[in-house]
Amino acid sequence: MCGIETEYGIIFKGGDVNPITASSIIVNAFSQGVHDSVGWDFIDEHPGSDARGFSLDDYLFPEFESQLVNTVLTNGARYYVDHAHPEISTPECRTALETVLFDRAGEEIVRRSMQIANEGLPFESEIVLYKNNSDGKGNSYGCHENYLVSRTTPFAQIAQQITTHFVSRQIFCGAGKVGVEHRGIAAKGNSSPWFQLSQRADFFEEEIGLETTLKRPIVNTRDEPHCDPVKYRRLHVIAGDANMSEVATFLKVGTTAIVLAMIEDDEFPEHLVISDPVSAVRQISHDYSLQTAVVMSDGRRLTALQIQFELYEAAVQYAARYGLEAVDQSVGQDVLLRWQHVLLGLKSDPMSVANVVDWVAKLRIVEGFTLRHGLQHDDARLKAIDLQYHDMRVDKCLALRAGLEVLCETDEVLRSMSQPPSSTRAFFRGTVLQRWPHAVIAANWDSVVFDIDNEGLKRVPMPEPLRGTKVLVGELLAMCQTPADLLARIGSQF
Amino acid sequence: MPEQIKKTRQPRSHSETQSDASSATGSQTKSLAVDLDSLLDEIDEVLESNAEEFVKSYVQKGGQ
Repeated sequence: MCGIETEYGIIFKGGDVNPITASSIIVNAFSQGVHDSVGWDFIDEHPGSDARGFSLDDYLFPEFESQLVNTVLTNGARYYVDHAHPEISTPECRTALETVLFDRAGEEIVRRSMQIANEGLPFESEIVLYKNNSDGKGNSYGCHENYLVSRTTPFAQIAQQITTHFVSRQIFCGAGKVGVEHRGIAAKGNSSPWFQLSQRADFFEEEIGLETTLKRPIVNTRDEPHCDPVKYRRLHVIAGDANMSEVATFLKVGTTAIVLAMIEDDEFPEHLVISDPVSAVRQISHDYSLQTAVVMSDGRRLTALQIQFELYEAAVQYAARYGLEAVDQSVGQDVLLRWQHVLLGLKSDPMSVANVVDWVAKLRIVEGFTLRHGLQHDDARLKAIDLQYHDMRVDKCLALRAGLEVLCETDEVLRSMSQPPSSTRAFFRGTVLQRWPHAVIAANWDSVVFDIDNEGLKRVPMPEPLRGTKVLVGELLAMCQTPADLLARIGSQF
Repeated sequence: MPEQIKKTRQPRSHSETQSDASSATGSQTKSLAVDLDSLLDEIDEVLESNAEEFVKSYVQKGGQ
């Protein structure tokens, strides 16, 4: 089971509005456009911030800025302001493909938010969001993945082994970036690459740790499972770029889920450990010819492509021995096929995968533009292209024009803006929100709080992410007329 | 199981062969070049007009 949280870059054009306010306008706009929104439930602090019915006038009041907006949506997603960025977290998804669908739904939610918010602003003002991770000035913001893993696997083992994948997968997951940052720790022998594979590589300074905003670690140790902590761990991954390519998102999540399944079954190739991952992640990112080799713990020097081929081969063996039920058999097989295809393409001619790999699509545009206009590599227009690749405005977004392969049907994406996944607890959360928005006072990942007439507040705990699904509670929900009815019948559904 | 979602689709802008991606034919290379030209035409039109100003003013607060 998995999910993605994406922090969006935000710009307020034609005005001087701080990013927290601008982000709040965006998140509120969506709720205003849909229905009364339900607040997120911070159990320890307050019962739920109320994001209902803000008008533009409210934003002029200074006290508004301290009220961080937090909403939960009828598709089970969380949409909120975090660290001065609008952030949207997909609901819990059963497969990598479902994750792509809800990530796309998140993009459409963001686009609709922009549309509604901008309609309410003065003519010369506009809020624009960017699905990227870097401003080119030393600031970075994240696209985090979450994977449900078993608590029985030793965390140290997960950390060491998954690091190999995190460091090398950027060859197909990297979103590309014009320029480098933190020049002081640039890769040896590659003094100032004008283009690199990853938006985030320059920001990783530790192998492992709890931090997320400075001294970022490749493996994050945050232990906040939002579910039964005895059985499960939520692996919170901060070491990835946000992708515009659906296939890149699919591979990012799909390959990681398979590698984690291998680790859980103790089938990860033991020798495939990188000696100095923090240097390696940067060295690999800074060489878009993909030739740079890094030292492994057994002394071998391997390129990222070679590492990924070995991981892929191991995954194929694993699938043959164990099956891929852990990640959904048919989605898993599709991941393996596409993984092979992208690796072979990168090996023979990276430009051949410009339709699935974001950094290649971006490089193709930037190189073509450089040639056409006779530019130097430090021309501002190239950085502008880098940023505008991720522009969420449909009439400006360069990624939408790059010929990227599409996995999701438009009508499914649109439906997923308001309908939850069927096979995780997001189904229960989203469905009760749709049916009884006025009775749901607050919700978070592992509980929903109802306000029942004559009975007061009732919290329904949901510690099992794979319960509360359509199969398990769909009929029950359909049968109940009122939330009181539902609570009377719920019993031990969760 | 998630809703019915087509799992393998042909990419919109070029035809995809079953085999190794290295077997790009001459005509596929040519059509990619033509695609690139019209893509660059479009980018010339939609790219932010004052690139330096845009890039300079694109500043974000650090997030996670």
